[in-house]
Amino acid sequence: MINKIVPSIEQALAGTPDGAVVAIGGFGTAGIPAELIDGLIAQGARDLTLVNNNAGNAEHGIAALLKTGRVRKIICSFPRQADSYVFDELYRSGKLELELVPQGNLAERLRAAGAGIGAFFTPTGYGTELALKADGTPKETREIDGRHYVLEYPIRPDLSLIRAERGDRWGNLTYRKAARNFGPVMAMAAKRTVATVHEVVELGQLDPETIVTPGIFVHQVVLIERVVTQAGGIKA
Amino acid sequence: MSYTRRTKDQLAARVAQDIPEGATVNLGIGMPTTVGNHIPASREVLLHSENGILGMGPAPAAGQEDYDLINAGKQPVTLLAGGAYFHHADSFAMMRGGHLDICVLGAFQVSATGDLANWHTGEPGAVPAVGGAMDLAIGAKQTWVMMDLLTKQGQSKVVSACTYPITGLACVKRIYSDLGTLACTPQGLKIIDLVPGLSLEELSRIIGLPIAA
Repeated sequence: MINKIVPSIEQALAGTPDGAVVAIGGFGTAGIPAELIDGLIAQGARDLTLVNNNAGNAEHGIAALLKTGRVRKIICSFPRQADSYVFDELYRSGKLELELVPQGNLAERLRAAGAGIGAFFTPTGYGTELALKADGTPKETREIDGRHYVLEYPIRPDLSLIRAERGDRWGNLTYRKAARNFGPVMAMAAKRTVATVHEVVELGQLDPETIVTPGIFVHQVVLIERVVTQAGGIKA
Repeated sequence: MSYTRRTKDQLAARVAQDIPEGATVNLGIGMPTTVGNHIPASREVLLHSENGILGMGPAPAAGQEDYDLINAGKQPVTLLAGGAYFHHADSFAMMRGGHLDICVLGAFQVSATGDLANWHTGEPGAVPAVGGAMDLAIGAKQTWVMMDLLTKQGQSKVVSACTYPITGLACVKRIYSDLGTLACTPQGLKIIDLVPGLSLEELSRIIGLPIAA
């Protein structure tokens, strides 16, 4: 019997090695796998490379993980926030490497990893500072049908941590509203994907027409409690 | 002759006036977001949000916020009937694949031929952040910039060549500003409209560049 349901976050994240590349879903308040990030902090892996759209807020979630000093590098599109002071301090003092990636290239580099694409030409970033490699030399470019493109390579995380809504023991997932964001591409990109869900259902109870992430991309599913605001919305 | 600058509301209304019925539009964070408030209810316009929403509706009533339903600026929004959710790779395929009719962005600088600089000041110690700006700038069928024409120090943000780091080359088609509306063309600037009382010669003098009539 295939059963990807794991009883605890601790069990799901056990054995995460030092040096792992970890993709973490979420955009703004939506889809951040807060419980899994806390679990990764407790698990204690060091020398991590994180992949996320942002670089943490205040001192919770990713910011708390950065504050432990266990992150070597972050690959993201928008680190600067009003309350990203933990990142700002580490970045300015040279303790944290930043690879800044246009948001669409970030999503596509993850998708490419999941789809087995070796590299792809993207128009985004052509002629900009972000078409340079870390050493300052230009990335490969090509003109195709009169348009200019930059060659970008996949990002293949060792581990993806995502927040979904409902799941079953085969790992099939649905999401809630705009909390979907990076979840599906991070799930397909990683060697191992751990998803939290707010409801575990029997096989067949997710409408097969509306499963967003098929279970083949998911390795472990952990049930967590839903946090409901007074408005009925889902709190960050 | 004296002239009056467009207020932020008037500028947003001026941009909204040019968004046609049936258009699919991405409004950038900050000032461009306010354009949505000026699209007449009689006109059906689909708003796209980079974080996976098409058919985005206005802000919810107080107390009705759902933090799984936010816009690119991380503010709570709503979904119109017929709206859809999708993941990030699909959302940016809509941008880069040329499926959006118009995007409206803010800018630090725009060159006369439409180069855009809006993501990074390049100053020492500044934390860079790009988000979806580069994908939007080069992906939409038309990229419009909305900004005050002058910096707080009185320098023109419309320039012959951008000195701030570039977001996209030759991507801006129109500049909507507090003093008038300009087209960026391979030959340089062309006037679309001026605020009442401002002459083309005076605007050209303020910008420091020729503007074709």
